[in-house]
This record gives sequence, structure tokens and C-alpha cells, in this order.
Amino acid sequence: MPPSAPTAPTAPTELTAHALRAAIVARRLSAREAAEAHFARMERVEPQVKAYLTTCREPALAAADAIDARIARGESVGPLAGVPVALKDNLCTRGVRTTCSSRILEHFVPTYDATAVERLRAAGAVTLGKTNLDEFAMGSSTENSAYGPSLNPWDVTRVPGGSSGGSAAAVAAGTAVAALGSDTGGSIRQPAALCGIVGLKPTYGRVSRFGLVAFASSLDQIGPLTRDVRDSALMLQAIAGPDPHDSTSAAADVPDFARDLEAGVKGLRLGIPKEYFAPGTDPEITRAVEAAIDVLRRAGAEVRAVSLPHTDYGIAAYYVVAPAEASSNLARYDGVRYGLRAGAEGGLLAMYKESRRRGFGREVARRIMLGTFALSSGYYDAYYNQALRVRRLIKRDFDNAFAEVDVVVCPTSPIPAFKVGEKAADPLQMYLADVFTVCLNMAGLPGISIPCGFTSGNLPIGLQLIGRPFDEPTVLRAARAYERETDWHERRPAGLA
Amino acid sequence: MQVDSALVHHVADLARLGLTPEDQERYIAEMGRILGYVEKLNELNVDGVEPLVHPFDARNVFRSDEVRPCPDREEALANAPDRSEMFFRVPKVIE
Repeated sequence: MPPSAPTAPTAPTELTAHALRAAIVARRLSAREAAEAHFARMERVEPQVKAYLTTCREPALAAADAIDARIARGESVGPLAGVPVALKDNLCTRGVRTTCSSRILEHFVPTYDATAVERLRAAGAVTLGKTNLDEFAMGSSTENSAYGPSLNPWDVTRVPGGSSGGSAAAVAAGTAVAALGSDTGGSIRQPAALCGIVGLKPTYGRVSRFGLVAFASSLDQIGPLTRDVRDSALMLQAIAGPDPHDSTSAAADVPDFARDLEAGVKGLRLGIPKEYFAPGTDPEITRAVEAAIDVLRRAGAEVRAVSLPHTDYGIAAYYVVAPAEASSNLARYDGVRYGLRAGAEGGLLAMYKESRRRGFGREVARRIMLGTFALSSGYYDAYYNQALRVRRLIKRDFDNAFAEVDVVVCPTSPIPAFKVGEKAADPLQMYLADVFTVCLNMAGLPGISIPCGFTSGNLPIGLQLIGRPFDEPTVLRAARAYERETDWHERRPAGLA
Repeated sequence: MQVDSALVHHVADLARLGLTPEDQERYIAEMGRILGYVEKLNELNVDGVEPLVHPFDARNVFRSDEVRPCPDREEALANAPDRSEMFFRVPKVIE
């Protein structure tokens, strides 16, 4: 079955954020109607997609009414006024449980909002609820959620990708106009690719991590999942910028991400890394990405070959560094101050061990074990320091490439959405699916995944564009230039009710 | 890297992670396989390459030493699994 033909969308659940905001401000539609349309659609499609863990109907309608009241009074409203958004459930929300899809935080109710959440609300966004993820953002399919997997709106027998799979599925299924996710090794870009939407991982430090439950602190970054590149810029504008609560948030000025969005790619130099076109990638994906590069060339970009010679070591280095940082960050779950407590009758040590054994799922426990091993006396230098040295080599590869080109272009994922259960039995096979995304996190660079076609089985394909540190404007501009030439981003899954 | 039950127990102890016999067998197989893959890092010559801990220069950030609002006691205790008045209650620490 071919992808459904694009038609001019009119339903509030099919619009982009910028179009929806314009309709609300022009009073063609109220913010309340927009929010209610999303909750109504959830009732129809959530049984199939399972994107949400928690929904917040009453507070969302109250926030929407407040926007409508401001507009009725002729007052100014924010750049996301009335836009219904979803939040990955590892972003703290005051008064709304935040589980990280883990049993250990099943009843955890934060007493504060993450900075990115606070900024979205300040921009007028209406938060609909919290979306599913792989437990503590560790995984590429949402199958590691303690509450069951989310499903891909293009084919509900397949995964939506992960770890921000619930956020991606909600945007693709029309149950949120946009969403926030987090990306430690590809967790925004890969589910965006597998669900046929736009996912942006900003430069490390561009967005405050305050209130993002920590996985790997030198890699984690919050970013938007949206229906088009303009929405991506709009969402990033709302959440970017320094924050006194996060000492790793960058002091760098926040540019106007919309300013050069329509400037096109004429004169831009695009680098094609040969290591990202090696055998092992689905040939339909390689063909779609090569066709996308041709579109950009015809639009005026200069295309050059570049080399990122340490790409093949990215997964190995990442699966030492990320678990090492995770094992340290997750030491806080000890059953004392919050979270699950078990085994207290056996004493303090038994309580720690039993709370953690019962609270963490298999993948999280596995990464704690790997990370603890890599940081342990006698192995620290051979594993952790070795991985950090290779990390520097990976970063140098990009530094060298960006001396010659402005944007690096490649696939986002070597495979399209896979069947639920297909890779669940072998953790290493699942890790290898991150081959095109982890190196960016290791180097701290910004990257975006945008739709660039479909497989013969009607599964979305993602194109990844990577930029220099803090050069999101160029990444967004190149992505937008491609989007203007194509209509992949206007397709919506046809199989849902 | 040969992963055996002694190593698995040692690491689980360090991680304060309870182990069932089934977990132990699984970790021996899985960690052995994953660490076997990771060993490809040793193919590279990294002599003279400094470890990169953080993507950009991480610097300490100071602020002036002023009293600012912070969570109040009830907020801090709101998620406590067990409490006694204004304290987190835990099993006896000193035998």
C-alpha cells in the first residue's frame, strides 16, 4: 500500500505547530478545541499506539482556556500559544508523576518542572501528557519500558524506535502536535526517522538539562520532535539558552533560528561520509538517502566526500562511556529519599540491593553492571579511559570534516522500523542499530533527522544532517531546503482509526 | 575478557544490585559478549591521545553565596518511602 497522498490538512490533529498557532491567534479555532481534539483522538488511537503513560486532561484544558482568554482580551500570547505538546516521561513535571518508564519511579511525583518544560509552558504550549520511553532512556525501541512498548503508527506490529518512541509515535499518530524527547545516543533522531517525523538533537549545552532525569550527563540533550523543520526551529527557540540551574548549559547567545531558515543551500558545502554508506545498511535506505543528496545538490549545494575514519568504533566507545556515566547517575536510586523501597527488613545493605533489583529492568541493570565494571579498580584504564581516548579521535574526525564542509549528510538509522520482539533477545544487536547516531553525542554536535522517503513496505526513512557545535541555524536551513523540495513530511499514517 | 561468576558477584556488590542465580548466568553470557565486542577499541593506537571526558571544555561555574529559595522540608520529603516526622527513616545503620 503506498503512503497516503498528501492533502491540505485541516483537522487540528494534523496541523503543524506554526499553522495551529496562527489559527488560534486568528480565532479560527480555540486552544480548547485544539486540546479537546487531541484528547478525542487519543481515545481512538491510543489503544493501538500506546504512546502515553499519563495524560493531563484537566490541567491541559485549563491552560488552553487561559490562552483563549488572553486572546479574547487582545493580549499578546507566546510563540507556541495553544499548541498541544507531549513530554517524554523522563522530564520532571511538577505534580505529575514522572516514571522514566521504570518501576523504581512508578509513584514519583516531582515537586518542580524541568527548565525546558517551564519554558515551553511560558511560550504558551499546552502539555497533554507524558510519553513512554525505554526505561531511563536506555534502548532503541521502547521495548525496555516497564509499562510495555509503544507501537509505530505506520505499522502497529512494529516499534516506533527509541528511546523517545512515545513522543515520536504521538506526533506521528496525531495525538500531539509536537513533543520533547531526550537524545543520549540517538534517542530523538532514530524514533523520528522510524516514525516519519522531524527530530532534532541540539548541541550539547544548548538546552538546559535541569529536570531531565540523568542517564549519561556528558551525552544527554533535550530536543524537539515535530512534523516539519519550521516547528523544530520554533520549539528549539522556546527551550534553548543558558540556565543557572545547569552549569553545563552553554553561555552562547541563542540565535534567531527562524531567520535563515528559508535561505536555501546555495553555496553550502555538504559532506558525505563514506563510512556511513558501507554495506550493512538496508539498500532501500541507502538509495533514499542518495536521492535526497541529489535533491540538495540540485537545490544548489556543493557535495563533497569526507571521511570519518573512527565511525566503526563509535558503538564500542559509546557502550563503555554511556553505561559508565549511567552507573554513577543511577546510584541515587537507593530506596531512601524517593522511589521504590524493598527489603528494608534485612537491613540497610539488603534494602539497597533489593530496591534496585526489583526496581530496575533488565537493560538498565545490564548497563549498571557494564558501567560499574568499566569504572572499577583494575579495569578503569583499559576500558573507560580507552573509550574516552577513542571519543577524542571521533571528535577529531568531525573537526577535520567541518574544516572542509558545513553540514555532514547521512542516514539516521541503518534499518527501518523493526517488528516488536525482533531484536529484544540480543542486546548487542539492538546496540548496533545506533551506529549512525552515537558519534554525534560523543562529539556534542547538533543533528537532525528529517523524512526522506519510504521503503517498499511503506515504512518511513530518515535523513540525518549534522552540523558544527552551536550551528543549528545551518543544520535547520539545510533541512528546510530539502523539505521545501519534497512532500515526505506531509504524509500521515493511513492505517489508524 | 573472561566474565565469570566471581567477577559478576564483585561488580554487582559494587553496584549494590541484588542478583538471582538466573541473573548471574545471564550476566556471564551477556557481559562476556558485549565486552568482547568493546575490545575492538584496542585495535586503535591511542598513544598520546588525551581522554575526552566532556564534549566541550567543562568549567566550574560559580555563583555568589546568597540565600535563595529552595524546596521546603515537606517538598523534600514528599516522595519519601518512609519518614519519621521531619526525617527520612531508614533501617538501622550502625549495628
